[in-house]
Amino acid sequence: MNSLLTPQFPYHDDPVVPLRLLEIDGKVAENRTSPMDDEQVLRALRLMMLSRAFDAKGISLQRQGRFGTFSPVRGQEASVVGSAFALDPTRDWIVPQYRELPALLHHGLPLERFILYFNGHPAGGYIPDEVRLLPIQISLAAQLPHAVGLAWGLKLQDMDGVVLTYFGDGASSEGDFHEACNLAGVVKAPVVFFLQNNGWAISTPRSRQSAARTLAERAPGYGFNGIVVDGNDLLAVYAVTAAAVERARAGLGPTLIESQTYRLGAHNTADDPTRYVSQEILNSWNERDPILRVQRYLAARGCWNDDTASEVSDDISRTIDQALAAARAVPPPTAEDLFRHTYAEMTERQGRQLGEYALSARARTISHDEPHEHA
Amino acid sequence: MLEAIRDALGTEMAADDRVILLGQDIGKFGGIFRATDGLLAKFGDKRVIDMPLAEAAIIGSALGLALSGLRPVAEIQFLGFAQQAFHQIVPQVARIRYRSQGRFAASLVIRAPFGGGVRTPELHSDAIECQFTQAQGLKVIAPSNPYDAKGMLLAAIRDPDPVLFCEPLHGYRFIKGEVPSTPYTIDIGRANVVREGSDVTLIAWSAAVDLAMRAADVLSTDGISAHVVDIRSLLPLDVDSIVAAAERTGRCVIIHEASLTAGFGAEIAATISRDAFYSLQAPIERVTAPDAPYPLAAAEQLFIPSIERVVAAARRTLEVQ
Repeated sequence: MNSLLTPQFPYHDDPVVPLRLLEIDGKVAENRTSPMDDEQVLRALRLMMLSRAFDAKGISLQRQGRFGTFSPVRGQEASVVGSAFALDPTRDWIVPQYRELPALLHHGLPLERFILYFNGHPAGGYIPDEVRLLPIQISLAAQLPHAVGLAWGLKLQDMDGVVLTYFGDGASSEGDFHEACNLAGVVKAPVVFFLQNNGWAISTPRSRQSAARTLAERAPGYGFNGIVVDGNDLLAVYAVTAAAVERARAGLGPTLIESQTYRLGAHNTADDPTRYVSQEILNSWNERDPILRVQRYLAARGCWNDDTASEVSDDISRTIDQALAAARAVPPPTAEDLFRHTYAEMTERQGRQLGEYALSARARTISHDEPHEHA
Repeated sequence: MLEAIRDALGTEMAADDRVILLGQDIGKFGGIFRATDGLLAKFGDKRVIDMPLAEAAIIGSALGLALSGLRPVAEIQFLGFAQQAFHQIVPQVARIRYRSQGRFAASLVIRAPFGGGVRTPELHSDAIECQFTQAQGLKVIAPSNPYDAKGMLLAAIRDPDPVLFCEPLHGYRFIKGEVPSTPYTIDIGRANVVREGSDVTLIAWSAAVDLAMRAADVLSTDGISAHVVDIRSLLPLDVDSIVAAAERTGRCVIIHEASLTAGFGAEIAATISRDAFYSLQAPIERVTAPDAPYPLAAAEQLFIPSIERVVAAARRTLEVQ
């Protein structure tokens, strides 16, 4: 071969071993220590279990027509919770995609807001003023440039907040991913790109998204570091994210974390994964269940048993029931909700259109209540 | 025109240190049309920022910067290239206030020149402002003269909602006018009668207003008095002023540089035919580009509306008794 064509950046496919701190059997990996204390791990586990329980409840309600289409987290709880625990909600921001419920809760979003959103109520989009969280993003990767701009803006104004943004393996094929990473590298934005590689974009496997060996190794092309972590390992995800947050806060710029996990459930409640996922693969990932791993770890440390498990489960059920009741208590949307918050002030034209709703509502009322004389 | 825009940018940057400029080649180079000339030297590279060549990243990060508390003014070199950021402008920037039920606002401005007549390469002249007028939550404005450009740009930067500020490429140096050196604002969403008349109403915005005025001059030599309305703001639309202008003569010609089908003239014509129906004396005429892609430069004078076509359309409305 012509030596002029000898690649300077040769592609190779040697396997990459994701960083792991906690083995599947719940033991801390050799020569490693836990970055979280027992109390932190217990709080994280409770949130992971809450997420799992909410998935089940949400699917059941959706099947009864009492809840909208939503995307369960099941299988990715360590990935979502471990990363969220590495942030300081009083100064850091989360810019989500849509499959990160427990991270949003940890950061301060009331569960009833999430329920309202997936119930289709406009009020579900509102995030309380003190919560540093952008709305759920349905358009894949569109949030990544926002995260970079927000992080860069904090830096320009000498604020010490860091922005963590979630997205998936599918979203990493979008142009916005490239443009956002590229800009983040140029301006050294204090941002953490947290890529949850859960194996699937609806039914499209990771192998169809990119020929790259890992998704994290794209980072050097943008002038910063990437790292691959076992996304079903709470401790490893936490440790890696905390390090990336620390780097960002110190002014050292972005990090791309590829959290290798697996979507144990469906893409959403309209999906049927039995058409494309084999039971064998599912079984192998079920063995690596992130919740079981943490429970084994805590049990070995004497912090988890059947009693604590049922206590936590009962507490979670109450939390979910209360949130569902709070969401149900919110009055249904009105015609005014269609227009309000489009602009800071309603336009004249919007005002007239809203007026027409009122007139037609009155007309309906009249036609129902006051039958026409000649009818 | 260009001086008025530069004046507005410098004025507001001096008055409000949250205002920052983003764009390609806007720093040392001063922008490809020099709209930001001298601003880097005055305000530094933390406020006049050269960006990677990526329209979606410019607009998407501008949204994030706005959420952090800054007031970004992003320059897109040509409106035709804003299509590269369409997915950030329409579903993201325009909707963040609604999606967050008022928690967040994209207080930012996107400046971009558009329109033909200067023999640009392909895609540089496309008049696509209408494509953004379905983006509820966005304001789409297109001033026609230097006075309005300064006042509306100052209003746009201070506006709590995102504003797409479309500048007439042909008019940058060609359209001249007096501009006060002091700051002033012009309300967004208000049309402006730029010439009083009684026989036929010409409705236009941006560079087409200049065309309408020239056509009005030609018509006046035949004793025809044209009433010329500068829409200035497409979204929100000043319905009352348009209807009043239509009722005044009962004969209307709408002029724009975009193609006919589903152009913004259709919106204006439908509005007039609904709200000024009983005043109309003749079918509403539209003078627009044909339903064809914007051509290469040698053919563009065939493509964009001409004075002759505006005059002919005005005469047609007057032929109807």
